[in-house]
Amino acid sequence: MRFACLNTYEELRMNDNISSVVNTPLPREGQGGGVVLDALVIGYPGHKVAGPMTACLHAGELCCLLGANGAGKSTLLRTLAAFQPALSGEMWIGERKLTEIPPRQLSTMIGIVLTERIRTGGITVRDMVAMGRSPYTNFWGRLKEEDNREVDEAMQQVGIVQFADRQISTLSDGERQKVMIAKALAQGTPIILLDEATAFLDFPSKVEIMLLLSRLAHEMGKTIFLSTHDLDLALQTSDCLWLMGRNLPLAVGTPRELASELPRYFPSQHLSFDSSVLRFNIKL
Amino acid sequence: MKNYINQLRKNMLAPFNGGLGWVRFGRGLGVGSLLAILTLILFVASLYSGSVSIPLSAITDILMGRGSADHPSWQYIIIENRLPQAVTALLSGASLAVSGLLLQTAFRNPLAGPSVLGIDSGAHLGVALVILVAGGSLSKGSLTLGGFALVIAAALVGALCVMAILLMLSRLLQNNVMLLIAGMMVGYIASSMISLLNFKATAEGVHAMTLWGMGSFSSVSLDRLPYMVGICVLGLVLSVLLIKPLNALLLGDNYARNLGISITRTRTLLLFTTGLLTAASTAFCGPIAFIGLAVPHIARLFLGSANHRTLLPATLLTGSSLALACNLISTLPGEQGVIPINVITPIIGAPVVLWVILRLEK
Repeated sequence: MRFACLNTYEELRMNDNISSVVNTPLPREGQGGGVVLDALVIGYPGHKVAGPMTACLHAGELCCLLGANGAGKSTLLRTLAAFQPALSGEMWIGERKLTEIPPRQLSTMIGIVLTERIRTGGITVRDMVAMGRSPYTNFWGRLKEEDNREVDEAMQQVGIVQFADRQISTLSDGERQKVMIAKALAQGTPIILLDEATAFLDFPSKVEIMLLLSRLAHEMGKTIFLSTHDLDLALQTSDCLWLMGRNLPLAVGTPRELASELPRYFPSQHLSFDSSVLRFNIKL
Repeated sequence: MKNYINQLRKNMLAPFNGGLGWVRFGRGLGVGSLLAILTLILFVASLYSGSVSIPLSAITDILMGRGSADHPSWQYIIIENRLPQAVTALLSGASLAVSGLLLQTAFRNPLAGPSVLGIDSGAHLGVALVILVAGGSLSKGSLTLGGFALVIAAALVGALCVMAILLMLSRLLQNNVMLLIAGMMVGYIASSMISLLNFKATAEGVHAMTLWGMGSFSSVSLDRLPYMVGICVLGLVLSVLLIKPLNALLLGDNYARNLGISITRTRTLLLFTTGLLTAASTAFCGPIAFIGLAVPHIARLFLGSANHRTLLPATLLTGSSLALACNLISTLPGEQGVIPINVITPIIGAPVVLWVILRLEK
């Protein structure tokens, strides 16, 4: 045991009496795609953004990271993806410290999908998904038979086989994000981090992507962690939520567990939260 | 009708777009061989064309080392003049084009190029410092080998300095257009300094610099040619080693890093390679505009793909062909003299850039 564990996640989730699980450590040993944050403080030198945070992500679950702008969602994701160092504390992937995993190996453990749109022309969907095989290919990036099989499978999982030979630039935003998710699948990582990956999509596409991610988590056993501003969607589709807020501790739990916490993290005189249907309503 | 045409187009293109790797590679191979043949034809044409007409059979004899007994001057014209010029155009075009491609991918900016970003101005400034100040009365034609090495080193240092400044600025500037403007400003400052240096220089020095600034593939003599070949080939080989990281960089730094690519190492190698390629071309031929900027787009148009595995060789060959074609055009006036290369390249390059901008707007 790395640090004190109060309860297993399942026990906590089965216990309906626990309405909020604020800043409760929920580690579980021996999970392939499990991620544990141990008193993690994130930010930039001389400027703390959030923390200390202690929480964990489980394989086979879609977890959404919610919070107002400036709460530190992107910073947390950047830290988890090893794009920037933590100020203090530890991150564990399975049994290993994140900081001790060499970059090449990390690229087979964590895949990412970002908001930014790829504008470059001349890349087909297949080429893009095949980029996910980069960590496995040789110096020249030549795809072996196994790589091609993984690419096909990833496209099938996401349902973009019919686009395989289309140029990325001709796709809609929603289709393009599916391609990037397929890229992350082809990367074969147990963990997929998505930074506001649904931000620019129209509503049906957002729903489709969320359901797709949920399915990938449940069927393929991936650990999927997604930051988003789409509260309603996150509350309806995710298995667990992380709430971040300025000067508020990290809150972790199922949507139902966190129902009473939500208004605190999204304070507005024009919003009221209906915890019976897990929905924010607008007060006029 | 429209549907029918689309269907037809789709069917015709199907073999090129097919899911099978070798079929897709087939288009690259086809375009590649066509470009190689075109380059070869233009190379031969460069040897053939000139104010003195020499039959092809005599050129072959001379190149085979059999010489031409009746016309000793032909031997001189081919070996000392036309061959070095053709090889220089071939390598300079390839170097500038590849350097433009590396810059466009590294900065994720379709309008990046060695001259737009001021990198050849940096090399230019380095050369000007050596020719005008350190060398005093040195003029390009009469440089000693040591002085010549100094000119090349100065060009490389100048180019690398500008690249380093750009890389620093690119961390601060999120907007791609801003980076282009920053590059142009760096270029302007370098040009101003070159003009200021002219005040201190001798008349011959200024004359040499002015001639050099117009760009020419004819200033590399046979004995200097091996140096240019060496530097350009080194730069081109380094660029080939960058193919896999370049493809990942198409997705941006964050995605590339997540795919296990070391951004710092890739950027450093990119900086050095682009500097080397631009400096080599600039030191030997003067600053040549538009080839670096326009050629990668022409190559992308031919290939329909941004995959560097096919795009880089295609860019290299297109750059060579275009430089050879420009060189041919420059010798068209025959006995009346030559047209400076920098008069021809914008006429070909500028429309390509306009086309790119129009496509970006869509």
